[in-house]
Amino acid sequence: MLTYLINGISLGSVYAIIALGYTMVYGIAKMLNFAHGDVIMVGGYAAYCAMAYLGWPPAAAVVFSIAVCTMLGIVIERLAYKPLREATSLAVLITAIGVSYFLQNAALLIWSSNPKIFPNIFASMPPLKIGDAQISAVTIVTICANIIIMIALTLFTGKTKMGKAMRAVSEDKGAATLMGINVNFTISMTFAIGSGLAAIAGVLLCTAYPNLVPTTGAMPGIKAFVAAVFGGIGSIPGAMIGGILLGVIEIVARALVPAVPSDIFVFAVLIIVLLIKPDGLLGRKISEKV
Amino acid sequence: MSRDTEKRSGIVEVSGKTIVPERDKDRPLVLEAMHLGIDFGGLTAVDEFNIGVGATEIMGLIGPNGAGKTTVFNLLTKVYQPTRGTILLNGKDTQGMTPASVNEAGIARTFQNIRLFDKLTVEENVKIGLHNHIGYGMFTGMFRLPKYFKEEKKAHEKALELLDIFDMAGEADVRADSLPYGAQRRLEIVRALATGPKILLLDEPAAGMNPSETEELMKNIEKIRDRFGIAVMLIEHDMKLVMGICETIAVLNFGKIIAKGTPSEIQNDPGVIEAYLGTKKEG
Repeated sequence: MLTYLINGISLGSVYAIIALGYTMVYGIAKMLNFAHGDVIMVGGYAAYCAMAYLGWPPAAAVVFSIAVCTMLGIVIERLAYKPLREATSLAVLITAIGVSYFLQNAALLIWSSNPKIFPNIFASMPPLKIGDAQISAVTIVTICANIIIMIALTLFTGKTKMGKAMRAVSEDKGAATLMGINVNFTISMTFAIGSGLAAIAGVLLCTAYPNLVPTTGAMPGIKAFVAAVFGGIGSIPGAMIGGILLGVIEIVARALVPAVPSDIFVFAVLIIVLLIKPDGLLGRKISEKV
Repeated sequence: MSRDTEKRSGIVEVSGKTIVPERDKDRPLVLEAMHLGIDFGGLTAVDEFNIGVGATEIMGLIGPNGAGKTTVFNLLTKVYQPTRGTILLNGKDTQGMTPASVNEAGIARTFQNIRLFDKLTVEENVKIGLHNHIGYGMFTGMFRLPKYFKEEKKAHEKALELLDIFDMAGEADVRADSLPYGAQRRLEIVRALATGPKILLLDEPAAGMNPSETEELMKNIEKIRDRFGIAVMLIEHDMKLVMGICETIAVLNFGKIIAKGTPSEIQNDPGVIEAYLGTKKEG
């Protein structure tokens, strides 16, 4: 049971890191970036290429992957979403789905549909034994990475001027710009950070599940979205808690009822949350003023 | 009717005439608007708006509801792009500037309906105002290099110093939305001041304040002018405040300036009286 729990937390940590990207972008740009999952896939391929074709060490490959995704995030925002800043949210949503398909098909063209086997970048690290349970290195690294990211992000949004600017923009773009804050730059940086995190999630995900195909990011992306809604979209700790809980639910469900595909439970969570507490666990109730 | 108004107004020559206080005579104007106008579709909201604000002048912008006062503020701060006319800030054309860049250039404002960052603390709100004066980049912030701590400390001290003007330093760590109404209005002024403006635009700063709060606000506006040596332009319906601290007053009606002058001139201007009270029917 302990193994399941830890594996669940590990998988949930990946969801949480992805969900952070969703939730930050939603909080600041007020849009759902459904292409976020595919940025993960690009991150996986970027790291794979750096290691397999360029022969780079894993650490350099991870940095490369983060750089690629950060740039990709900025470019996507600049080309696809910025022109739609004043458009209806439905137009932006459809564009996001379009970007998602674009990325998947571009990956299909470049890397074909044959799965690439992602190398285990933590192969040199021995698994940890607790009693009779055995925990792989990637699991531990994932959980640690998650904790570090959470702390760093909390400090960043709470204590730095860019973080404060982000919170100000998320509350009132108009007032923020009149206080001299460059709203476009702030939104770009949000996409950059979210996409950089997606790269980390991509590498962790591909290390744990090494079959890398152009649709690798789609399912985790959607599940991370569920996690973000579960925790309360727009809330950073919410994304973290939602992600981890969802990961644990998925793994435990897979273990307890192996006959039923575990995805059913994940999406059941979404439906239940939307029915019972649409604001999510940590979401703020928005009361409409009449 | 409006032509009639002009004929009877005592201070009709509003267009070219710029009145600044004696002490600003030798200094360049901080803000000049020339032939400023904006149309929304077919509706002309503001037209032929001409003013010049002296370097340390307190100017009032008054007029009946819907006269276009807030629209003027939105034009000056580039929330709306003007259809016609020119805005000079310190003699520099603000054409093509964004609200953010015009703020950096020296115009700061408050809002008629308070627009604080509710979920941020009082101090953080002021630090948003200080944003462009905090001298470290993204990278330094992320990796918390020594410069980060130095600059954040400076910002913290500056924020408290500004809050202290309004005796609000004690509430620095309180969330903005938990402040009482009057304090929220004061915080908006502090936040705007933090951006380091040359001219401060206050949109109904005394709205919802009781007489003693208004009294205090008047003192504070003058204190700000003296201490920072900046100009203040304010929209206000409280005539006691307007007549009490404004050195010049511009009266707006149906998007046009119908009178401009000192408080006593404005009080006795027939056009202004007509705009506020309506005309007496003859016969």
